[in-house]
Amino acid sequence: MTRPVGEPLPTAGRPRPVLEMRAITKTFPGVTALCDVHLTVRAGEIHAVCGENGAGKSTLMKVLSGVYPHGSYGGEIRFEGEPVAFKDIRASEQRGIVIIHQELALVPQLSIAENIFLGNEQRSARGTIDWNATYREASRLLERVGLREKPQTPVAELGVGQQQLVEIAKALAKEVKLLILDEPTAALNDQDSAHLLELILQLRAHGVSGIVISHKLNEIRAIADSVTILRDGRTIETLTVRQATSTAPELSEERLIRGMVGRDLDHRFPDRAPYRGEDADQVALAVGGWTVRHPVDHRRTVVDQVSLTVRRGEIVGLAGLMGAGRTELAMSVFGRSYGQYVAGTVAVGGREVDTRTVPAAIAAGLAYVTEDRKRYGLNLLDTLQRNVSLASLPRMRRHDAGRRHGMRGFVDEHHERRVAEHYRTALHIKTPTVAEQVGRLSGGNQQKVVLSRWIHADPQVLILDEPTRGIDVGAKYEIYTVIGELAARGKAVLFLSSELPELLGMCDRIYTMAEGRLTGEVSRTEATQEVLMRHMTLRRTTRNGS
Amino acid sequence: MTTTTTTPPEDPPASPPALTLLFHRARANMRQYGMLIALVFLVVLFQIWTDGTLLLPNNVSNLIQQNSYILILAMGMMIVIIAGHIDLSVGSLVAFVGAMAAVLMVKHDLPWVPALLLSLLIGAVAGAWQGFFIAYLGIPSFIVTLAGMLLFRGATQIVLEGQSLAPFPDGFQDLAKGFLPEVGPYTQYHNPTLALGLCAVVLLLLREWRQRTRQLALALDVLPTGLWVARCTALTAAVVAFTLTLASFHGVPVVMLLMGGLLLILGHVMRNAVVGRHVYALGGNKAAAQLSGVKDKRITFAVFVTMGVLAALAGCVYAARLNAGTPQAGLNFELEAIAASFIGGASMSGGVGTVMGAVIGGLVLGVLNNGMSLVGIGTDYQQVIKGLVLLAAVGFDVWNKRRAGR
Repeated sequence: MTRPVGEPLPTAGRPRPVLEMRAITKTFPGVTALCDVHLTVRAGEIHAVCGENGAGKSTLMKVLSGVYPHGSYGGEIRFEGEPVAFKDIRASEQRGIVIIHQELALVPQLSIAENIFLGNEQRSARGTIDWNATYREASRLLERVGLREKPQTPVAELGVGQQQLVEIAKALAKEVKLLILDEPTAALNDQDSAHLLELILQLRAHGVSGIVISHKLNEIRAIADSVTILRDGRTIETLTVRQATSTAPELSEERLIRGMVGRDLDHRFPDRAPYRGEDADQVALAVGGWTVRHPVDHRRTVVDQVSLTVRRGEIVGLAGLMGAGRTELAMSVFGRSYGQYVAGTVAVGGREVDTRTVPAAIAAGLAYVTEDRKRYGLNLLDTLQRNVSLASLPRMRRHDAGRRHGMRGFVDEHHERRVAEHYRTALHIKTPTVAEQVGRLSGGNQQKVVLSRWIHADPQVLILDEPTRGIDVGAKYEIYTVIGELAARGKAVLFLSSELPELLGMCDRIYTMAEGRLTGEVSRTEATQEVLMRHMTLRRTTRNGS
Repeated sequence: MTTTTTTPPEDPPASPPALTLLFHRARANMRQYGMLIALVFLVVLFQIWTDGTLLLPNNVSNLIQQNSYILILAMGMMIVIIAGHIDLSVGSLVAFVGAMAAVLMVKHDLPWVPALLLSLLIGAVAGAWQGFFIAYLGIPSFIVTLAGMLLFRGATQIVLEGQSLAPFPDGFQDLAKGFLPEVGPYTQYHNPTLALGLCAVVLLLLREWRQRTRQLALALDVLPTGLWVARCTALTAAVVAFTLTLASFHGVPVVMLLMGGLLLILGHVMRNAVVGRHVYALGGNKAAAQLSGVKDKRITFAVFVTMGVLAALAGCVYAARLNAGTPQAGLNFELEAIAASFIGGASMSGGVGTVMGAVIGGLVLGVLNNGMSLVGIGTDYQQVIKGLVLLAAVGFDVWNKRRAGR
């Protein structure tokens, strides 16, 4: 064990605290979510809060913003030097504490201006909405956040990154003093992320303090002044990120990870055992000349002549910037679940297969683990057990060796439960029983449920689309381990990710895509972030279509 | 870091304490358990209030026959709601099928068995008609079945020319009013009913026993032995008491056998059949279900065909009970069935609920109706109270979910 590198915060000679949360304790029936948590944010600083999923970050923010009203938690909150007791979100917003959630809370049908002033409308003397003032103010705010759009534009027409900027404009309209951002860049591409981070720093320069919840450690290092680490509902430590005068070494990612998981992660990726089957070199998946058009705009070719192969026991990465067409390719191959098919073939194990519908693709030995588990992966209201079994129900019959099997088309619940229990233990899914609603699990555990479903479907080829999005470091490691073991058992894995380090850490080969086309194929030994990024940003010399 | 294994482990998974398990399982079905308790409470309340009239054998028979058609509709409606849809047309379809049955039997003198089968077929076709628009053309079920509500009501009036048609053959009337025939020597009780009750007890205990042994064999955690024995005793006592009550009057009503069969089949299909699970998956998250290989269109279509057949059956039972096909039959039945489903644990968003829940919900409404009539509360107040019960049942569930969700 090495000694911690980060320095405890000195209390003297620094700006006064704008927010002090002292000894916050919050319990739910049977669970202590927060226990004696302290958080101090100083005026004009960006304070990062990090911790694994379930560490209590969101609960702490809900206590702060009044979602859990005063009296439902223990401890004291002081804002700008005086104790506060918020009874709801409105109360905290009136004091200038605004929270921007991970899932954006904009109304898509309304215009940017209407969204910015929703619940905070610009009124004329007669009490009706003053549209001139609304649009004028909205324009001013949009300029401030650097969004070049008309205030009248419906929010539905904006990209995710632009919507995030509208959220911030909305916060600014409320004269925000303390801005809380929950995973602000989780859904953004690199360019939008950079712009957003830049904006946060600009706001800091104008006196807006910030709390940023983030899993992306490089971001924390880029913008935060200090960071508080939570683990299991307790404050572990508060570290300084930048100290102009200090000689202390710069805060390292390893240092942060150690604080979050409570142990050293020497390597962030597990060692992989190679697959040693006789058919180890056999091509498991071969996609040939795959071409897909946009589902609505048929002139746009979203995936253009993509051919790739994945061998048994191999993990092959597919890298690309947002809009490169990775997910579109994967979903289209998997039962033509996206867009309009134009041309292309799929072969599994050397034999051309029919993948025109999802059931056909599953029967052919494909599995697709979606990037958006809440929307395309899980039935959040249903139990873990039923979510795991969904893709292999016809096989959930009685399985007593040598004995009569159950009726065709019917599920044996005992067998089903046993399967679910198996994955709960094997993948370390944290829940008391498999009868728990999946909606109550944390993101990492939900992802494990989706993985369990597809592992149990026993496919030849697993297409994993951003399998570690929005989950914490410890859970990521566990998921990498599972993926490694699948490959070691001879499954072919196609790994789609926008996090280059994880592709570099996990894959045998990496394909790159840009603008719907395959732009490169890099082996593990040649691959570096720079090489991949160069391939991913290759532009076409001639644009097709318009 | 422990390593994960993905081959089935030999050792049993660590089991949490049995009571925690019980608590978690109960919470998952909170509304259904809650409503079962509410049902028992209502029965006790009215039993005391009516000086024992509620549970008199003839009133119990009456209660079953009176509510049979709503219960049949509620079972189908529950499936529709689980699939994430709604069916507003069932009341009109009840009337239409009743009218067609009357035309077939009264005007054309068709024997009642083929007439009944034809009526069910008409229901299936009506369901297929609506299912086609909903599943394959993607028109919202609210709209399609609202159209169906008008359409079938109008068609009823056209077919009947505004008149009632009567009477039905005796065999057909027995569907709603008949009892299982008595056989054997005279005892104080109705013999076949006693035999059926005994069968039910034996099958019930056998099933409990087999489930338990299998759970033990698979090393799954089970209820503690004491609780399990208590559960079996309670179930047996309930069946015995119910059997004796019915057997001391005319015996088991025919329609109860019909409902019992439907409950067993539909309950089993929804819980254990692949198609049933697909209905839940579809209602819970359509996109996720599609990406898991659920044939969404076919399932949705099948759900509406099933609802159509059940509505047709309810239509026949209702017509048999009235002994006439009338243009005003089945008015507001769709609302009663929807209310029963929500009281019994359905969710507006779909994906949740059980067929048994719909029956419990229907019985809550039925006991309320019957009990309030017995104590002489007017229909005006009955409506008010039923409305409040629906609101309270769903409100309790929402409150309970919110509390647990934090």
